[in-house]
Amino acid sequence: MSGAPVATPPDRAGEAAGNPIFEARNVSLRFGGVRALTEVSFHINKGELFSIIGPNGAGKTSMVNCISGRYRPTEGRVFFKGKDITDMTPNHRASLGIGRTFQNLALFGHMTVLDNIMVGRHHLLKNNFLTGALYWFTGARQEELAHRREVEEIIDFLEIQHVRKATAGTLSYGLRKRVELARAVALKPDLILLDEPMAGMNLEEKEDMARYIVDLNEEWGMTVVMIEHDMGVVMDISHRVMVLDFGRKIAEGSPEEVLADPRVRTAYLGEEDETDDVQQEVA
Amino acid sequence: MAGTTLIPSGDFKTSYGADTTVFPTATSRNAAILGVAVLLAAPLVFDNYWLNLLIQIGYLGIAALGLNILVGFTGQISIGHAAFFGFGAFASAWLSNSFAIPVALAIPLAGVMTTAVGLIFGIPAARLKGLYLAIATLAAQYILQDFFARAGWFTGGVAGTIAEPFSLFGYDFDTDASYFYVVLAYVVVMFLLATNLMRTRDGRALVAVRDHYLSAEIMGINLTKYRTMSFGISAFYAGIGGALYAHYLQFVSVEGFTILFSIQFLGMIIIGGLGSIMGSLMGTAFMVLLPETMQALTDSLSGTVIDRALNLKDSVAFLREMAIGVVIILFLVFEPDGLAHRWKQIKAYWKLYPFSH
Ligand SMILES: Nc1ncnc2c1ncn2[C@@H]1O[C@H](COP(=O)(O)OP(=O)(O)OP(=O)(O)O)[C@@H](O)[C@H]1O
Ligand SMILES: [Mg+2]
Repeated sequence: MSGAPVATPPDRAGEAAGNPIFEARNVSLRFGGVRALTEVSFHINKGELFSIIGPNGAGKTSMVNCISGRYRPTEGRVFFKGKDITDMTPNHRASLGIGRTFQNLALFGHMTVLDNIMVGRHHLLKNNFLTGALYWFTGARQEELAHRREVEEIIDFLEIQHVRKATAGTLSYGLRKRVELARAVALKPDLILLDEPMAGMNLEEKEDMARYIVDLNEEWGMTVVMIEHDMGVVMDISHRVMVLDFGRKIAEGSPEEVLADPRVRTAYLGEEDETDDVQQEVA
Repeated sequence: MAGTTLIPSGDFKTSYGADTTVFPTATSRNAAILGVAVLLAAPLVFDNYWLNLLIQIGYLGIAALGLNILVGFTGQISIGHAAFFGFGAFASAWLSNSFAIPVALAIPLAGVMTTAVGLIFGIPAARLKGLYLAIATLAAQYILQDFFARAGWFTGGVAGTIAEPFSLFGYDFDTDASYFYVVLAYVVVMFLLATNLMRTRDGRALVAVRDHYLSAEIMGINLTKYRTMSFGISAFYAGIGGALYAHYLQFVSVEGFTILFSIQFLGMIIIGGLGSIMGSLMGTAFMVLLPETMQALTDSLSGTVIDRALNLKDSVAFLREMAIGVVIILFLVFEPDGLAHRWKQIKAYWKLYPFSH
C-alpha cells in the first residue's frame, strides 16, 4: 500500500552480518552514583530489526539516548556508518540519518499533525527564513509542496489522514504514538529508534503498529531499533535481540537464542512459568 | 495558543498548493482583500485624528508582530523590545541625516542595523532560560537606553534628532493622509512575510523549539541557532516599526523608549494572542484605542456629577494606566488565547448560526 521509496533492498539479519550501521564500544553512562549503563558493546547490522529488552530501569532508554545524542556516554564511543559520533549534537546526528520516537510522547503539542511531520523534513529542506519569507519568489513554495507530497505518503502509510489538520496535543494516546512515528519517518532516517512504540496500546493497535514497523524495515529499508516490553511482539518480529539488566548486556542473539539463555530467564523473565508462557506464545 | 480552526466541511482542497494558501478559505481571502481596499479609502473618509491612530496601530503592530515571533512563536521572553524599536527610529534618522540616504532606503537599512544589535544581545540570551533570559533582555533595555542618552552623534543626545519625511520620486509623504499609505504598505508586506515564514521550514522550527525543545533537537533543529535567529527577526520588526515611527513624527527624542513601553508591547501580544500573526495587530489596535476610549469616556462625563465626585479630570492619566493593567490581567485570566482566538470562535459561531447550540 505504501508508495515508499525503497532505499536499500531489505536485508535479512543473517545476510547482513558484518555490515554494521551502528556500533557501541564499551559504553558506560553514570548519573552521579547511578550506573545506567556499564561497558555495553554491541552492533546493529544494516537492514536489521534489532530489539533491546530488559526489566524496568535496565538502561534501555539510556542506550537509545546515547545513540540519538540526548546523552553522551561517560565512557566509551559510539559509531554510526563507521563514523565516531560520540561528540556530535543530536541535531547533527539527525541530519546523518538517525531518527527516533520517545517513550513519553514528545510531539509539538500546539502544531497540527501535518506541521509536526513536516518538522521531520527539517534537515532535508533547503529554504530558510529569507527564502521562506519570500515564499512565492524563491522556489520555497515548490520545495515545500514537493515535501508535502512525500509527507502525505507517510500519512497514508500510517493511516492518519483523518487527523492531519488536528492539533497534535488534542489527539488520543494511540494516535499521538502514530504521529510521532510519522514524524520520525519523515526524517528519512537510515536508523530509526523506537522507544516502546506499543506501550499502552490495545491488542488491535499493537498489531497495526507491529505491521508498520515490519513495513518500515522491509519496504522502506530502514534499520530499526525497538525497545519493547511485549515479549510476544519482540520474539515475533525481531531479527536480533539484546538483553540489558542493571545497565549490563547479559545476552544478545536471535530471539530463540536469547529466550533459551538461562541468565535471561532468571534476570529478565523472572519466574519460570512466565518464560513458558512466552515460549508457547512464540511457538 | 493555536486552537483548532473550524473550516466549513465540503470545502475540499484538490491540490496541496490550494491547501497551503495564506487564507484558509476563499471567503477569508476576499475579506482580507476587501479590508485592505477599505483601508486604501481611509484617508478619504477619516479625519487626521483617526488616521493618526491607524498609523500608530500600523507601526506599533509591526513591532508587536516581531515580539510575537520571539515570545509567542518561539517561546522566548523579552522585556527590552521598546529599546530595539527606539534603536530603529534613531538608526533610520541617523542614516538619512548623516549619509543623505533616501528615507525609503534608510527604513529597511535601519531594520538590518537593529537586527545586528538584536543578534549582539540575542547570542548570549539564546543560551539562557526563563528568569535569566528575562533579566538579560532587561539588561538590553537599560544598556540601549543608556546608549541613546550618551551617543549624541547617533541620537542627538538630550536634544533628540529630527528625521526627514518619507519621500519617493520627489513626493513628500508628510501628511497623515499620505503617510498612512506608507505604513499600510509596510504592514501588508511585513505581515505577509511573517505568514510565509511561519509556514515554511524555519518558522516551523521556531514553533517546534517552543513546544518541545528536546524533540526539536532530535528532529535536527539547532536550538541555539533558532533561538538566536528569533531575536534577530524580532529586532528587525522592531527596527522597521521604529523607523516608520521616526519618519512619521519627524523627530525622535531619547526619553520615549522605556521599560514601560516594552511592557506595553508585551501587553499587545498577550491581549491579541501569543503565537497569532493577526492577533499582534488586534492587540495593538486594542492597546492604542483603549486609552482613547477612556479619554472619550471621561470627556463625555466631564461636568457631570460623576466627574465632580470622582475628580476624573485630574486623574485621567492615572486611570488610563490602571485600565490597561486591569485589562491585561483580565485577559490573562479569562482569555489567555487572546483576541485572535475569540475572533475565530465568533466566526465559527456565525458560520453555524442558527445551529450553534
Ligand atoms: N537523566 C537521568 N538522571 C538520573 N538518572 C537517570 C536519568 N536517566 C536515567 N536514569 C537512571 O538510569 C537507569 C536506567 O534508566 P532507563 O530509563 O534507561 O531505563 P529503561 O530500561 O528505559 O527503563 P523503562 O523500561 O522503565 O523505560 C535508571 O535507574 C534511571 O533511574
Ligand atoms: Mg525506558
